[in-house]
Amino acid sequence: MKISRFFKTIFLIDFLSGLIIAIKEIFKSKKTINYPFEKGKISPRFRGEHALRRYPNGEERCIACKLCEAVCPAQAITIESTERMDGSRKTTRYDIDMMKCIYCGLCEESCPVDAIVQGPNFEFSTETREELYYNKEKLLDNGDRWESILAANIKADNPYR
Amino acid sequence: MINYINIFLSETYKILFLLLPVLTAVAMVVWLDRRVWAFVQKRRGPNVVGPFGLFQSLADALKYLFKEIIIPASANKIIFILAPIVTMTLALIAWAVIPFGENFVIADINVGILYLFAVSSLGVYGIIMGGWASNSKYPFLGSIRSAAQMVSYEVSIGVIIINVLLCVGSLNLTDIVLAQKDIWFIIPLFPMFVIFFISALAETNRPPFDLPEAEAELVAGYQTEYSGMMYAMFWLGEYANILLMCALGSLLFLGGWLSPIDAFPFNILPDFLWLILKMLFLFILFSLVKAIVPRYRYDQLMKLGWKIFLPFSLFWVVITASYLFYFNLLPVI
Repeated sequence: MKISRFFKTIFLIDFLSGLIIAIKEIFKSKKTINYPFEKGKISPRFRGEHALRRYPNGEERCIACKLCEAVCPAQAITIESTERMDGSRKTTRYDIDMMKCIYCGLCEESCPVDAIVQGPNFEFSTETREELYYNKEKLLDNGDRWESILAANIKADNPYR
Repeated sequence: MINYINIFLSETYKILFLLLPVLTAVAMVVWLDRRVWAFVQKRRGPNVVGPFGLFQSLADALKYLFKEIIIPASANKIIFILAPIVTMTLALIAWAVIPFGENFVIADINVGILYLFAVSSLGVYGIIMGGWASNSKYPFLGSIRSAAQMVSYEVSIGVIIINVLLCVGSLNLTDIVLAQKDIWFIIPLFPMFVIFFISALAETNRPPFDLPEAEAELVAGYQTEYSGMMYAMFWLGEYANILLMCALGSLLFLGGWLSPIDAFPFNILPDFLWLILKMLFLFILFSLVKAIVPRYRYDQLMKLGWKIFLPFSLFWVVITASYLFYFNLLPVI
């Protein structure tokens, strides 16, 4: 035992076998991607940037039930609502402080009408703090922009809900 | 006077002719190092700036140029600023004696290897000055470690070089290379080559001996307080030293600019290209080692240097000398 270890040490056997493995690894396929040019696949459940969705006729889905506001563990959501002329309850204010948000997805879970959802977008960093205080227009705009993907994701995830 | 200016200008021209390629090579070699390291870990490495990311180092250098240089309030300003300059200058002046071919050397002095050895010993001053002048604990500890490490491994490198000198009988690097016309010294002195390579790793503070900048314990060692261009100068000096060690290794053991076989397909390449290829080979080995080995503990490092390498290389000096003496092969001076 001791002699074999001695020979292993002086002939650098462990080192050389490590070197051979390293050289083999060089020619294997890479595990990383060229990020800004290629992007990895993300799950339909991915919890990225928030969006407020609309019905196909353009009506806002949100009914101002404030369940998301209540469930939000970081208290990032602020909602104010009023009764509209046709008697339906709608939000006048829907703000999310994206710096408080912990992206837990509870708002999405709690929403009875699938209005607030978290989309696949994770590249929304900004240069100022103010740009991360999202208001209702910004969220609805997000919803309009990502609607096709959001709908597809909700449909794909539906069997597991 | 005119004569003097002429000599000055021609020498400056010669120096620039060597220095610019060396600095470019240092930049490219940093890229190569990062690339090899990434490839071993199945990453892609820098590949965005320029073709294959070749200009990454230039982009980095540009970034360092525009960064603010912060000098700590408690630092000794003069020495603090002097340290990176000393490191880089010493790393670059050593190149004066490296022959890239027969008669293709700036200073063909008869004690070339001694000069090289002296300059690389001085290299430790840059690090001690940087670490001490920072007046901060991590740089201080890093520089102490580095000083001890470089001094220890210099001893074994010195003894290894004696082995080569015994076979050559001259301290001139050109003579050392020409003595390898028949057989490269890597074959008769293979154990010495291995020890030389490992000592060179320790001498240039490369993993597994990068204790002076062990980021887990010492943040960045002697470089901790440095920023901007001063940091970049340390880094240039370090890589210039690594390349120098590669050059020394190829000159002493791998036959310098000589082609492996002096026959048709090999000897059409110009001399300096062979030296560069050998340096590249050694450098890639350096980067591969960086990728595969864990860092040594400090006492292990000292034990390896003083208790194993030094006695072994001394023993090998005795063997080489006795062999040469017994078979009457000692070079005639």
